[in-house]
Amino acid sequence: MTPRIFSPLVLFLVVAFLIGPFFIIVAASLSGGETLAFPPQGFSLKWVAKVFTVESFRESFAVSMFLAIGGTAMALVLGIPASYALSRYKLPFGETIRTIVSLPIIVPGIIVGLALLRYIVVPFGFNITLALFLAHTALVLPYAVRVVSASLNNLRSDIEEAAVLLGSSRAGAFFRVVMPNIRSGILAAFILGFVTSFNQVPVSLFLSGPGVRTLPIDMLSYMEITYDPSVAALSALLAFMSIGIVFLAERFLGFSRYV
Amino acid sequence: MSDASFLSLEKLTLAYGDTVAVKDLDLSIRKGELMAFLGPSGCGKTTTMRSIAGLLTPASGRISLDGIDITRVSANKRSVGLVFQSYALFPHLSVFENVAFGLRLKKMPASDIETRVTAGLKSVGLSKFASRKPAELSGGQQQRVALARSMVMEPKVLLLDEPLSNLDARLRLEMRTELQRVQKETGVTMIFVTHDQGEALSLADRIVVMLNGAIEQIGTPEDIYNRPVSRFVADFVGFENIFAVEGGKLRAANGPIALSESLPPDTAGLAWRPRMVTLGSGPFQGTVRGASFSGSTREYLLDTPLGAIKAEEDAGLAAHQPGTELTFDLPVAKAARLERFG
Repeated sequence: MTPRIFSPLVLFLVVAFLIGPFFIIVAASLSGGETLAFPPQGFSLKWVAKVFTVESFRESFAVSMFLAIGGTAMALVLGIPASYALSRYKLPFGETIRTIVSLPIIVPGIIVGLALLRYIVVPFGFNITLALFLAHTALVLPYAVRVVSASLNNLRSDIEEAAVLLGSSRAGAFFRVVMPNIRSGILAAFILGFVTSFNQVPVSLFLSGPGVRTLPIDMLSYMEITYDPSVAALSALLAFMSIGIVFLAERFLGFSRYV
Repeated sequence: MSDASFLSLEKLTLAYGDTVAVKDLDLSIRKGELMAFLGPSGCGKTTTMRSIAGLLTPASGRISLDGIDITRVSANKRSVGLVFQSYALFPHLSVFENVAFGLRLKKMPASDIETRVTAGLKSVGLSKFASRKPAELSGGQQQRVALARSMVMEPKVLLLDEPLSNLDARLRLEMRTELQRVQKETGVTMIFVTHDQGEALSLADRIVVMLNGAIEQIGTPEDIYNRPVSRFVADFVGFENIFAVEGGKLRAANGPIALSESLPPDTAGLAWRPRMVTLGSGPFQGTVRGASFSGSTREYLLDTPLGAIKAEEDAGLAAHQPGTELTFDLPVAKAARLERFG
């Protein structure tokens, strides 16, 4: 086989491997049969419709949305000042702080989940919602710091001094000339954080408890009991949601600049 | 307060952490003066300027402006404008909004803002660009926006950091004229920082030459150019033959040389520009080592018992070939008399 045929073939296999499961799920969700199967038996939209009638899906979707929006917002509230301090001041141990902040990206989620459960949630008796909220904030924080730092580093710091000399306070200068110029970075960080949090499984797996669980965890437990194509339908809907968000982000922000 | 000390720095010491950048600096600037801070990088000129703006708090000393002690007044309440070397325009705001920024903070009525910004942009010739973003302007235009942005605030002092260094030769001349015009029209006291002696000489009313965090010399461009008082200033403005004087004698490579004229007792050195050296007559002997032709003049490098001497003659005179023995003179009457030889 010559390299000229070889490399497009590899490319095709990689793309098929990446996108293939998505097509299988979409096809399976449109099945007319009673069990999750591929190839689908017949065609029907009844499983897609069923997703919206399952009570626990609706509840866990609300939990996931709350965690993804609230946790990411919290991560930004902490992450923007942290990024600002890291990029503008020469802090003692600045590099160390940066490394610690980005640890959740490196450490496997399952370990983070177990550690949070064993050493924080159980000993201190946190309630489940609070534990999940804190865990998701911590998970998203590294992305927030990274993306916001990138846009801060592209912004000259003397514009703040210019604003001060024109009569603004230091804090005023941050809100009047720094924030507007890193707005698209913040939005990009929010989207990345939202998607990361929403799709998060391992940490949520440990921290979910009676009555409160995230959508991916709820889907896992649903499948343990009911093996029908509605899980595939829900997966396909979520995948379309993610694609939509990222597509809009790329369209309006040039999202790929930040990640 | 008299007009002679509109802005005054007294025993000003500035430091970054443990590093002292400026030590015990005293300086008075008149109202309406166009002042240059001249010196090599690291001499403390920018640091001094930042402390006048309030971006750096002095370790000790006092700064007063228009009769008020502003040493502890924060930067946003000083009425001091600063045009940054990089211009520091706000990228997210239009040219109009950049210029209006400070006026809006003053809570000025919108119609007054409109009037002042429009006038400000007109005076720098950028009326047509009011709705553009800074990124859509050339460097020279951005600088004029920065100038207008500072000037609409009617500052008591306008500081400019290396105002000409980012511009090409043509724009440099344009901006120089522009700054002189603004200064003449508004009578604002201006201080600009530069490392280029040509800029300082051509633009300033007075020049402060700085070195290692201290003032070497203050004077008019003529003073600095013709009568440098220290070895550093002499060297900086092109005196290339500089000798120390000890006990009324010139300290040369081959030992002290008695001078024909007596010097004031505080003379620490003498300095000659190449064209002040007389060739073809005089008490000294040298060998031409190199010659170069530069259009209107010829420059010579002589090997002499005093050390290397640089001389310059009109190109109209006959050339001296390398290797020729020449007599020459260093006329004391023409020399710059140095008070310090540090």
